Amino acid sequence: MTSETSGAGAPPTTAAAADVSTPTTAPAPARGTRLDPWLSSYADRAHGMRASEIRALFAVANRPEVVSLAGGMPYLEGLPLDVLSEVSKRVIATRGTTALQYGSAQGDETLREQILDVMRMEGIDAHPDDVVVTTGSQQALDLVTRIFVNPGDVVLAEAPSYVGALGAFRAHQADVVHVPIDANGLIPVALEETLGALARAGRRAKLLYTVPNFHNPAGVTLSAERRPQILEIAHRYGVLVLEDNPYGLLGFEGDPLPAMRSLDADGVVYLGSFSKTFAPGYRVGWAVAPHAVREKLVLASESAILCPSNASQLAISAYLATCDWRGQIKAFCELYRERRDAMVGALAEHLPDASWTVPDGGFYTWVQLPPGLDSKAMLPRAVTARVAYVPGTAFYANGAGSDHMRLSFCFPTPERIREGVRRLAGVVAAESELVSLFGVSGQRARDDVQQPGPDVS
Amino acid sequence: MTAASPLPPTVGSPLRVVVLAGGMSHERDVSLRSGRRVADALRGADWDVTVHDVDADLIPALTEMRPDLVWPLLHGASGEDGSVRDVIELLGLRYLGTGPRASRIAWSKPIAKTAVARAGLTTPDFVTLPQSLFRELGASRVLEALLVRFGLPLVVKPSYGGSALGVTLVRDAADLPRAMVDAFAYADTALVEHAIEGRELAVSVIEDAHGPRALPAVEIVTDGTYDYDARYNPGRTEYFAPARLSAVEAEDVSTVALAAHRTLGLRHLSRTDLILDASGTPQFLEVNVAPGMTETSLFPQAAIAGGHDLRTLYRALVSTALA
Repeated sequence: MTSETSGAGAPPTTAAAADVSTPTTAPAPARGTRLDPWLSSYADRAHGMRASEIRALFAVANRPEVVSLAGGMPYLEGLPLDVLSEVSKRVIATRGTTALQYGSAQGDETLREQILDVMRMEGIDAHPDDVVVTTGSQQALDLVTRIFVNPGDVVLAEAPSYVGALGAFRAHQADVVHVPIDANGLIPVALEETLGALARAGRRAKLLYTVPNFHNPAGVTLSAERRPQILEIAHRYGVLVLEDNPYGLLGFEGDPLPAMRSLDADGVVYLGSFSKTFAPGYRVGWAVAPHAVREKLVLASESAILCPSNASQLAISAYLATCDWRGQIKAFCELYRERRDAMVGALAEHLPDASWTVPDGGFYTWVQLPPGLDSKAMLPRAVTARVAYVPGTAFYANGAGSDHMRLSFCFPTPERIREGVRRLAGVVAAESELVSLFGVSGQRARDDVQQPGPDVS
Repeated sequence: MTAASPLPPTVGSPLRVVVLAGGMSHERDVSLRSGRRVADALRGADWDVTVHDVDADLIPALTEMRPDLVWPLLHGASGEDGSVRDVIELLGLRYLGTGPRASRIAWSKPIAKTAVARAGLTTPDFVTLPQSLFRELGASRVLEALLVRFGLPLVVKPSYGGSALGVTLVRDAADLPRAMVDAFAYADTALVEHAIEGRELAVSVIEDAHGPRALPAVEIVTDGTYDYDARYNPGRTEYFAPARLSAVEAEDVSTVALAAHRTLGLRHLSRTDLILDASGTPQFLEVNVAPGMTETSLFPQAAIAGGHDLRTLYRALVSTALA
């Protein structure tokens, strides 16, 4: 930046005010630029990291005028913030030099023991040494991918699958193969067929990534009967199961199903998180892995972040020790159940031509649009109508999903949910009319993973 | 250097400028980035620059603050169609850029094209088709007529809007219905025009006390189409600023941009997008009254190619607006 203005009191302009066309340097010679001098330097894995117009549209979704059914953010208003602030204050006051210092790469030992208590609710029996605390379970996901996946390696994921996982797999240049799911989760026969076909092509899958409870985005849960079947098939083909379970304790009825890790300790890496059962802001998640895998994860974590946040870990540890965290989870369940009911009721009322999953917990319903509609192409129209959702294409690595959309009911109030679905119905009607007017079909080939951003993951 | 023209007595010190960025259009994200870049460039000890969104808070904030100048850096919808500018005028505030009536004309591609064609500029042959027309006449019949008239390739765009949202270059007749649906996701009216082969150029215009002057043209060479991804993610697009033009070609495209700026009654700054066809004729595509000012945008590239420092230029534009 060049010339400053003359002293205070003078008209605050530069001398060029009257003649803005006076260039201050000689004109540049013609040469091409791609506006990024480092373009030829990027690693192969970075080339796919591009913001899309879908991501840009979500900038509008954050405005209060828009009913966002796109967000994956938990509803935190119900948290006892006064209590939490006391807890945090005490942590800093009594253990400040520990909380604010580097900790161990594997994570705070007390917290790791407490994590066992949390996991016991889903049948997991483990040792604190099996637990690796990470900066959110997203980081654990990234680390597991990092230590297992070479570029071109096959990773199996559900169809659809969690967008954050697809992003991590893409960042490591994995070849994602989707396996069909239904109302009861992964279909064992389909898994067997997929693995068989891969084997015949001389390929093995490194990982099977699954969100078995209240799936993001599909809302479905892997049935109790199928869990051992999936594990058996994975074991037979030598595929490590990556069980990602942020929602397991957020079921609306009955007790949680036994975690896959509880049925098979050696064949499963389990990912857990406090983001939905408590709050995401501290960024504390964890992995439970067989000992050799765990050793590598600790080393990988160390080289990524040195150690997870001590301040965050101690805050959560104090919360678990002093507050009724189980009661808080129950309160969340009630809250989200009411919102699920609002969502499902509104869908039945306003979008009878669509179909949708009715989740027994968690945050999401997976809606299939009437035939011919493209949820990605429809999003700009929805934004104009002041409602946002995540197009189904975000949840597939192969361009599928344009006939679906994910609607989340975690954040808006029941009234807002109903209003959002009402607006969405108008959008669907207008789009349907257009589609039938022009006689277009829904599906189109697409080649990129959408990365909508953290607050809509 | 000529002496600075005196500023009106209402202008105090420090100078208070409010940049409007964001809004609720499909280009909100681009606008936020444009607004922040310009605000950063304008700021200094002597200038108090704030960025404000177009929301329920805006009118109270502007009424209370009474800034010396408002710079609307909104892309799309109410930011570029003149309505926000109308409101700023209602509040009795001064702003940088084209007035509301001219904005409304420039914002609509078909109307802008008609206006510049009347002034003697060349623009690709086109039709303007509202969605309702397809309903009334039957879509397939209208599409058939389009193909007969224009042949392939042709371009389908929403009749207003930027960042190439909803724009499709149709090479295959089978893709035409889908292109219409995509355009209608952004606007109720679609513009269908002949696709011109040629060099894609953007010519920015700035004004000072002497009147409008064209900056060097920027030439856009893209792998594939110059869509949202190509515009805002570096890599697929190569820019030549100044464009690789002969002196005559450079003169011709500048003339067209200046003519568009004048004919449409634009003010302070604008950016005209055009194609220099094989016969050397500049073909007007559209004009922008609030051109993007992000790190990958065309106006800043043109300014730098013209030897300008962005901070100096933006401040000078503010001074021009206050003169």
